[in-house]
Amino acid sequence: MTQRTVLNNAHRRLGARMVDFGGWDMPLNYGSQIDEHHQVRRDAGMFDVSHMTVVDLRGDHVRAFLRHLLANNVDKLRKPGKALYTCMLDEGGGVIDDLIVYFLDESFFRVVVNAATRAKDLAWITAQAAAFGVGVAERRDLAMIAVQGPNARERVHALVHPAERAQVEKLARFSACEAGALFIARTGYTGEDGYEILVPVHLAEELWDKLLAVGVKPAGLGARDTLRLEAGMALYGQDMDQTTTPLEAALGWTLALDPPERDFVGRTALESQLLTGVGRQMIGLVLDEKGVLRHGQRVITARGDGEVLSGTFSPSIGKSIAFARVPAGDPGAVLVEIRGRGLPVRVVDLPFVRDGKVRV
Amino acid sequence: MNDIPGDLKFLKSHEWARMEDDGTVTVGISDHAQGQLGDLVYVELPSLGDSVDAGNACAVVESVKAASDVYSPVSGSIIKVNEALADKPETINEDAFGDGWIFRVKPTNPAEMDELLTPDDYAEQIENDSN
Repeated sequence: MTQRTVLNNAHRRLGARMVDFGGWDMPLNYGSQIDEHHQVRRDAGMFDVSHMTVVDLRGDHVRAFLRHLLANNVDKLRKPGKALYTCMLDEGGGVIDDLIVYFLDESFFRVVVNAATRAKDLAWITAQAAAFGVGVAERRDLAMIAVQGPNARERVHALVHPAERAQVEKLARFSACEAGALFIARTGYTGEDGYEILVPVHLAEELWDKLLAVGVKPAGLGARDTLRLEAGMALYGQDMDQTTTPLEAALGWTLALDPPERDFVGRTALESQLLTGVGRQMIGLVLDEKGVLRHGQRVITARGDGEVLSGTFSPSIGKSIAFARVPAGDPGAVLVEIRGRGLPVRVVDLPFVRDGKVRV
Repeated sequence: MNDIPGDLKFLKSHEWARMEDDGTVTVGISDHAQGQLGDLVYVELPSLGDSVDAGNACAVVESVKAASDVYSPVSGSIIKVNEALADKPETINEDAFGDGWIFRVKPTNPAEMDELLTPDDYAEQIENDSN
């Protein structure tokens, strides 16, 4: 059964090409996904991300619960509204999902998890929460619009009620605040500045139309994928899953092993992997020759073979880029096999693009 | 939605073929196919002089989204390729039935053209595909 977000009709009115995305009928593009990509890098674009799962966690012990549940440390969150990117691991250190957690008050945190992992995430969180007496409530009454790009914030500011504008304008990166019925977070999945806005379902289309009216153009999942890949951001299910630990997915920076007494799920497995050695790594690749790197292609390195995880054509660079999982250590000269031919690729540091600037 | 030129014939796999006055056959992909693929970023052209068999892959079009083989509708040898596509693959998005042609074949068996779909048959196929 295909699910539809509350903005489905709005997408169709704009002529979107719709695709099935993890059981959701979502816009792939509204014409040219490359134009939409540039629109976000150069001005402002918006994405319907209402398929994502918003979960509110409430209870006296919610902070202790999240200290246990998440591989990053929620004790970094001290100021209400502050957000943290983290992985949620199983006992073996495998990534159940990646998510953003927002601290609202000592009895209320909010997490946003992926759409495709909704059922297993809710089951896992609910099971873990029981011992802490934490209530788990999915917020299906909220839609979500991501407004991204160098001009995204000022476009949103123009729409916020004057009484609430000052607090939105002064939001720091990776923080959120309530503004009337909206929950506005200065976060995103494009490598650009901007907001992710949670809006009650019945107000979502009105907000979408207002954003259109101030010059924010719609962008689909196609552009979202090229933007996040350029920004070096992993996609759950493609770049990591329960068979990989964060250490194998270039997500070691999201792990908080200090303080050593914090006993989070997966900690023991990660510590043992660090002691015995992490066998695989995720690297960034650029193909200077013509062709497109794609998921599943064989990657040949001095240390053995690996494979392309996410691969695409980068509109900002004009070349193909990819993440690949390969054996640990210096990979030497790397080839990717495309239709039977081994093409040389460059190994580069991530991200490929930051704040609109190409870095590779 | 039938903007398909009447002088074209089609493969089910969305290639078009046009018999030119000089007896050669020009080949491209349909407007429907380019729409399905989305923004094209790379075209791998066949080499001049290559011999091709009807129904065999001899070029590749790649969009941001996917790579797709291009099958030759007729057998013969490649006598011309659209080199402009190397720098401007998006020409196929803009004009699939015109400037976005991909290669031209000197057919060994022109009667193979009769086995291809007519514009009406092809239009019906893509209509059915979308249902």
